[in-house]
Amino acid sequence: MNHAAYVAAAYAAALATVAGLILWVWLDGRARRRELATLEASGIRRRSAGEAR
Amino acid sequence: MTALLLRDLKLSVRAGGGAMIGVLFFMTVVAVIPFGVGPDLNLLARIGPAILWIGALLASLLGLDRLFQAEREDGSLDLILMQETPLVLTVLVKCLAHWIATGLPLVIASPLLALFMNMDAPAMAATMLTLLVGTPAITFIGAAGAAVAVALPRGGLLVSILVLPLAIPVLIFGVSAVYAAVQEPAPFLPPFLFLTALTLVFAVIGPVAAAAALRASTD
Amino acid sequence: MSEQSLAIRKFSDLANPTRFLALSAAVWPWMAAVTALFFAVGLYLCFSTVGDYQQGETVRIMYIHVPAAWLSMMCYSVMALSALGTLVWRHPLADVSAKTAAPIGACFTFIALITGSLWGKPMWGTWWVWDARLTSVFVLFLMYLGLIALNRAVDDPTRAAKVGAILILVGFVNIPIIKFSVEWWNTLHQPASVIRLDGPTIDPEFLRPLVVMAIAFTLLFFTLHILAMRNEILRRRVATLRRLAARSAGHGSGGPGLAGPGLAAPEEAPR
Repeated sequence: MNHAAYVAAAYAAALATVAGLILWVWLDGRARRRELATLEASGIRRRSAGEAR
Repeated sequence: MTALLLRDLKLSVRAGGGAMIGVLFFMTVVAVIPFGVGPDLNLLARIGPAILWIGALLASLLGLDRLFQAEREDGSLDLILMQETPLVLTVLVKCLAHWIATGLPLVIASPLLALFMNMDAPAMAATMLTLLVGTPAITFIGAAGAAVAVALPRGGLLVSILVLPLAIPVLIFGVSAVYAAVQEPAPFLPPFLFLTALTLVFAVIGPVAAAAALRASTD
Repeated sequence: MSEQSLAIRKFSDLANPTRFLALSAAVWPWMAAVTALFFAVGLYLCFSTVGDYQQGETVRIMYIHVPAAWLSMMCYSVMALSALGTLVWRHPLADVSAKTAAPIGACFTFIALITGSLWGKPMWGTWWVWDARLTSVFVLFLMYLGLIALNRAVDDPTRAAKVGAILILVGFVNIPIIKFSVEWWNTLHQPASVIRLDGPTIDPEFLRPLVVMAIAFTLLFFTLHILAMRNEILRRRVATLRRLAARSAGHGSGGPGLAGPGLAAPEEAPR
């Protein structure tokens, strides 16, 4: 029926927003981990950071 | 404290003309509305109080980012922070000075604009009275926003965005008090007393939050 | 004495986020699994229960609308608690929590607004009314966006956290005022059209999926929040390391004048 379209639209909108949120968190986390890995690969470590301070 | 009040007043009247610009902006906003909705005098009379209130709200937001910005630029903000008098009190006095310089002219200019809007005498008086009571609340709550934005490079617009949602209750009670004064069955006093209460509440919250934000932004 | 206190402070500064990272790394897969389980059960219940005889199929929108609306308020309460943590206890994780909760809260408020609108169209015949509840949720959405804008505008994270915490608390005081004033405003002006959405008298048939979905949404929020906090901690760590790398590069090449290029791209070896 016509109402089913509204229900579907509501569920789709909620799903899209939540999926976007999950995707953002996931991609953000992956990018940060990769940045940290490249930094550590180039020899800048947290322990050496502690010594430098 | 009196010295600070007088100093702020002199500065706002003399340099930069913040007070004059606020009133001019107010008048411009109100004058633009009829071009948008058409010159229907009955319609203007009906929505007039709301327009005056929205114009006053926008005009008082306009000058708010300067509340602490000038002090920060010439370094006297650090002196104010180091004073022995409580910072909350200083902020309160600065708010009062800012309101006298920018809010009070709006109140005084409002009857003139109410004439343009074809409002009758009771509505005019009610608008003026509610603006007189309500605009300090906007200044106080705006002071918190101004103190938050004082450390930002382009804080001006951000102040408006942050403060406008907080100022909604003031707008609602101000406008409904005016309408209550004009329309017969609704009593004028309850919304007006709510407006007064809001001003008093914001007079506490605003300076406290502003003082905390100023301290946070310096250390 | 001062050496010891410095050591203690450094310990708590370092160990606390690190411990949090380790703890959350162990916990979050379980939370995600439980969330998925609850969502599976909840969605099954959503579509297996009968529709209301009055509202028909659209009652199924309630199962996502009400939990999202509940979360939009709970998220702000979490932010207010974090703001207290920042200002009063100066907990190192509180500002991370407050900062990362804002986008999530904005998303759930957005869901609540969208689904409410989609529910309103078939039921009330309009996408939007300036009803008390709708208006105050919309203002809440604006405040979330303002807080996100503030966090993006300030570079220094600790200062942004403090200043943001003050605003969150002012907003927290103001939300009841807004809600109350809007309700009052609306009943004064158009008493006939105040639309109370009590919905159908909630009987167990509708309550069961609703509760399951509410739990699922809450779990989803906490899982996402923890993961976002991990990201934020890592982001700050990266920023610190970059700064250190730039500083050591400037020292290593012997001149402060060379600090500029080192600051620009410290992690890329070929120049």
